Amino acid sequence: MMSFSDFTTILPLVVLTAWACVLLLVDLLIPRNRKGITALFSALGLALTLGLTIAQLGRQGSGFNDMVVLDGFSVFVNALLLVSGLLGVALAYGYVKRMGLERGEYYTLLLFSVAGMMLMAQAADLIVVFLALELLSIPLYILAAFARPKVESEEAGLKYFLLGAFSAGFVVYGIALVYGATGTTALSGIVAAIPSSSTLMLTIGAALILVGLGFKIAAVPFHMWTPDVYQGAPSAVTAFMAAGAKVAGFSALLRIFATAFPSLGSSMSDVLWALAALTMIVGNLIAISQSDIKRLLAYSSIAHAGYILMAFVPFGNPDVRAVSVAAGLFYLVSYAITNFGAWGVVIALEKAEGRGLALDDYAGLGRKYPALAAAMTIFMLSLIGLPPTLGLVGKFYLFRAVIAGGYVGLAVIGVLTSLISAYYYLRVVVIMYMREGEPTTTSEPYLNMTTAFAALVTVIVSLVPAPLFAWASSAVLKLF
Amino acid sequence: MNNEWLFVAFFIVIGALVPIAAISVAWLVSPKKSNPIKQSTYECGIETVGESWVQFKAQYYIFALVFLVFDVETVFLFPWAVKIGQLGLFAVVEGIIFIGILIAGLVYTWRKGMLEWS
Repeated sequence: MMSFSDFTTILPLVVLTAWACVLLLVDLLIPRNRKGITALFSALGLALTLGLTIAQLGRQGSGFNDMVVLDGFSVFVNALLLVSGLLGVALAYGYVKRMGLERGEYYTLLLFSVAGMMLMAQAADLIVVFLALELLSIPLYILAAFARPKVESEEAGLKYFLLGAFSAGFVVYGIALVYGATGTTALSGIVAAIPSSSTLMLTIGAALILVGLGFKIAAVPFHMWTPDVYQGAPSAVTAFMAAGAKVAGFSALLRIFATAFPSLGSSMSDVLWALAALTMIVGNLIAISQSDIKRLLAYSSIAHAGYILMAFVPFGNPDVRAVSVAAGLFYLVSYAITNFGAWGVVIALEKAEGRGLALDDYAGLGRKYPALAAAMTIFMLSLIGLPPTLGLVGKFYLFRAVIAGGYVGLAVIGVLTSLISAYYYLRVVVIMYMREGEPTTTSEPYLNMTTAFAALVTVIVSLVPAPLFAWASSAVLKLF
Repeated sequence: MNNEWLFVAFFIVIGALVPIAAISVAWLVSPKKSNPIKQSTYECGIETVGESWVQFKAQYYIFALVFLVFDVETVFLFPWAVKIGQLGLFAVVEGIIFIGILIAGLVYTWRKGMLEWS
């Protein structure tokens, strides 16, 4: 039996969804040339939700017949998602105006997408996972095609939609098989039913769910859509998509595998091992040959999916899974923040006609705009994993956890591919400082704020990473 | 494996055999007298006048979408209406929220001028 108290477990989500619905209608009254008001309202909604989420810290609970849960993990992920949403709005504010894409729906769709991601983090039932997956994906499909009638953007939207629908099919089929094997879709029920169920059917079901979510997080070999979609979609959308969709996809993967399928650890760990290794190698190797910054960052995002996947490999090992999942969460934070910063620099250099995206356009940035170039250098160092940045700390925790889990080979692959990645990330830095050029940038207050915020967080948190890691560690405590 | 699954196996086998049988019997007993009309591609409906790759008015699509709102609404409201007596106030509020969200969508389409055929 349900009651009103169920709503307290998902209060931030309810508030955000209601806010988005009302904003959709309020936006109709806002004149066409003043859609910035909608952006401010959407940021206000996200900030309010963030406050409510933080207020839930330390609370435990479940609602709607155990379909959703509230725990430290969901609060951590939701807070990260809401910060991502805020940064996404800040990046878009000036960008959509400059590119002539300013429509109020942009911000409403973004809010709906964040709501889906938050539901994903709280889902404790495979049906809710699917619902959340659709709720987060459908607004992203539309946002990817937002620069219509630009052909690249339409192509990105359609491609993302088709492959997204395809991958959703995998997830549904996987859910059906898991239900067939265990007779339930609730994550806690699945664990209870596992001893008496068909292992083969369960394993196939789990593998199909992994494939479906693998599309969302852009793991090799399910990454084919990523470069085209990231390149074609408006840059502000890509920044949000790269961070938000990845965080949500990983949080779902993490919760499903850690809470429902720990008994499959022995058979799935090898698969995850191979996926992680392949994703790191392929993502980093192909990124070397890119000459377009958006494609470069797309392949970098694939490569980072591989690093985060490393944290999942020991999910069946009760001794190390807590620390390794915490390392994965920490790395997600570090990737999301760095990613927004790097895209902020890309947006500052992008011109309305789609120019300013080649690596050569960054020549001379170091001399003409030292602050921007310094920020970009920080982000590139963080993506490689060099000091003094968050990326280093993230990789350190990650590799430490993987080695503790006994997967030294995987850690070696991680280190080697990081070395490879240094080549193409540092090339951006070299071009910025060592080549002559006359780049032009656009300076917008919210954009500059986002870039500066990301740069500061990347450096400062790397100097005092312990509190964040402690939070991540306490977040996963109740997960198992 | 369960014996119940044997039914599924039978179903698959018989399901595959029936069309194969039908096609091979037709192939065996039918007279084979060919002419150009028989060789042409079968299409139901009348032949198109001019290109079939014409642009459709997008309104059809919008109308179908708006229709879907109410279509789906009905599907969900039927079970809700059947059980409302037992579920009490909570279900009433839930139902109102559900309809409210759908109405928000309708108001949005209306204000965007999508309900006018122009």
